[in-house]
Amino acid sequence: MTVIETPSQSRTTQAADINSLALTLFRVRQWFTQSSPYLGFLGVASLLLAWYLLTEFFNVPRFNKLPGPVAVWREFTSPSPTFGISIYTPEYYMHIIWSIWRVLQAFFWATVLGVPLGLFMGWKRAFRDYTFPVLEIVRPIPVLAWVPVAILIFAGIASREAPVIFLAFLATFFATVLNTMLGVESIDEVYFRAARCLGSKPRHIFFRVVLPGALPFIFTGLQIGVGVGWFSLVAAEMISGEYGLGFLIWDSYVLSQFPVIIIAMLTLGVVGYGFSAIIRLIGASLMRWADRSGV
Amino acid sequence: MTPVAARGAINIRNVSKIYDPDGANVLAVDNCSVDISPGEFCVIVGPSGCGKTTLLNAIAGFHDISSGEISLDGKPICTPGFSAEPGADRIVVFQNGALFPWSTVLNNVAYGPVVQGTASSIDAKTNAQALLAELGLSGIGDRYPNELSSGMRRRVEIARALINDPKVLLLDEPFRAMDALTKGVAQEFLLQAYDRVRKTVFFITHDLEEAIFLGDRVLVMTTRPGRIKQTLHVDFGRPRNYKIRSSKQYLTFKSQIFEAVREEAIRAFEAGERELA
Amino acid sequence: MVKNSTTLSLRRGLLSVLGLLAFWEIGRRLHFPFLSAVPAPTEVFASLDQIVGNSKFWNDWIASFSRVLSGFALAQLVGIPVGLLMAMSRTLRYLWFPPLEILRPIPPLAWVPTSIIFWPTTELSIIFVIFLGAFFTVVLTVLGGARAIDERLIRAARSFGSKPRDIFWRIVLPATLPSIITGMAVGMGVTWEVVVAAEMIAGKSGLGYFTWASYVGGNYPQIIVGMASIGIAGYLSSGAIRVLGKQATPWQRQI
Repeated sequence: MTVIETPSQSRTTQAADINSLALTLFRVRQWFTQSSPYLGFLGVASLLLAWYLLTEFFNVPRFNKLPGPVAVWREFTSPSPTFGISIYTPEYYMHIIWSIWRVLQAFFWATVLGVPLGLFMGWKRAFRDYTFPVLEIVRPIPVLAWVPVAILIFAGIASREAPVIFLAFLATFFATVLNTMLGVESIDEVYFRAARCLGSKPRHIFFRVVLPGALPFIFTGLQIGVGVGWFSLVAAEMISGEYGLGFLIWDSYVLSQFPVIIIAMLTLGVVGYGFSAIIRLIGASLMRWADRSGV
Repeated sequence: MTPVAARGAINIRNVSKIYDPDGANVLAVDNCSVDISPGEFCVIVGPSGCGKTTLLNAIAGFHDISSGEISLDGKPICTPGFSAEPGADRIVVFQNGALFPWSTVLNNVAYGPVVQGTASSIDAKTNAQALLAELGLSGIGDRYPNELSSGMRRRVEIARALINDPKVLLLDEPFRAMDALTKGVAQEFLLQAYDRVRKTVFFITHDLEEAIFLGDRVLVMTTRPGRIKQTLHVDFGRPRNYKIRSSKQYLTFKSQIFEAVREEAIRAFEAGERELA
Repeated sequence: MVKNSTTLSLRRGLLSVLGLLAFWEIGRRLHFPFLSAVPAPTEVFASLDQIVGNSKFWNDWIASFSRVLSGFALAQLVGIPVGLLMAMSRTLRYLWFPPLEILRPIPPLAWVPTSIIFWPTTELSIIFVIFLGAFFTVVLTVLGGARAIDERLIRAARSFGSKPRDIFWRIVLPATLPSIITGMAVGMGVTWEVVVAAEMIAGKSGLGYFTWASYVGGNYPQIIVGMASIGIAGYLSSGAIRVLGKQATPWQRQI
């Protein structure tokens, strides 16, 4: 009489232990053999290498006029830098803070004015009819074309800061209004109908459907807005500013302090990236309900 | 004292609706008349695009009609040029669901009372919690809709409607997007909820089996322009059990109405027109 | 019903634009704060005659447009292939993405000094900065669009026995075309921003230079004309792209 043997308990638990250990080892091995982090390093490293070789090592004509990574690094990390800007000098941080402070002000006004405007434009057809044409006429004008007018508008009324902040504000404002409006328009009609069925009055619809529904687009708009605002601010500072990273770039060019140009450029990159990342994080935490697969 | 189910009588009289999407005059609904008694579960079956959603939307108040009249408990709610505001007396449960994705389940269900001012926020939430529990949906109050399965979402939406004690419940192919297995269970859930409250239900679907299983009366609508072609009285008695789906009586009912539906299906198939929403 | 509502919208729009112009004019006359130094609409219109007759003005148009076209075309020629390559090759994507992400946040105008130092002529340095501005936009948009292609389309092609070459030319490219066009339209906007600023900072011709020079020369109504010109030029360029784009993607026409 044959007895069909079922796998013993001890054997299965043994198998489980081996499995978890093997799994961990497998994962570790995967991380090391997967190409992505290496390729990433390789990409950045080759960029730096190319920069170094072209400017300082091989002294390729035209390239050798540019400051190389070694010169930039030396300047950046020196306690008493030749041109006065390094991680040890307070001036460096002062310029950064000036730029950041301006962007924050521009961002604040653009959001406070732009989001409500965009919400109303998306929600009420009549309001949009009156406001959208004006916006669409003004929007194609590059923000920086406003520099002279900005100076004229604030001449004698506000500080020299106002035009610079105004330009950053303009850029952010347009991005914010547009995206907010699109956000409201993207809300499925069905949610409005459901809300009306359930007895909502207009203010309920605004605060409980329009605003939350448009939130994902609003945050996308804010991210884009910060980006273009940053970009416009730097340009404005280069054209007509005192202090600030944009000003620093132009000023050090004029004074032939070339390594400082690169320092300022890279700082701009890092700070700009940081801003976007912060907004993205805030947006993500406020919108846990958003479908990860798409809005 | 009026009996609970004396509210919710719908009278649809000679209703027609002409759409004008791009200058093309489309007759969506053609001279339909239905009288729905309070507490009746009325189902309209028809191919996609036949005009049944148009009829539902007119009752709900989302648009007016081109001729005829719709009245609720004797008061006209939809006539040419006039459409009463959508309200909590006739709540819609939508096809692809309309739970607010940005609110938790509890806030969704409590929405109606809070917004109408009939209960404070805290009371509304407590009532919502209680209703969810009664309907077998406890423990999901703090979740967001996108964390739930489609079956659960549809149930929550029904709860969101019922908490407002509407006169009429309008269901626009609510189970259309579900797989057949989930659909069956969802239908049984709806029947249980219906038995508890006995509200007037106006249900539209393209699924004949669903119609017979759920309804007291099944009306067949033709392809566009939609007309009422045939009526079937489904007197199974309530409460209904899923087992009736394999009963002889069920098959008899089905055979009485099947030809009519099939005819319309073929007509719609061959016409090949793009569905108007 | 539909026709009525569009004419209503147009009427309201016209009303608001005229209203704003009137407000501007009156504000200037009555010396409202903020408007006291800004030239009034009537002054601007009065100066149009002079400006449009001056050939130098139209030379500025040509100068700006030629820079825009060169930089923009270059950005497309380099950026589209880069974006497509990155979308299709995992290796290239991981290799190139980090350096791109590091360079991208640096505003294009921040490159102006470096560009001036490097390139022998001002013209080349302006075009380079324009190129940078549009390049990143193009690469990212194309990359995003190509990566978003429904996998099922590619699978369907493969089940027909398509070679990789066919898949690229017949599936990937057409499917990415809408994104390429979007990238172009957005890139064109960025391009004009950069051109104007670059001309203000370092140029000796062009509409941006015209606007700045008008300010420096005290000819304020001309500033507004300059701004309007740039706006129109940018709008025409983006519009041209959109029209060409619609022709290139007939399947996207929606009823």
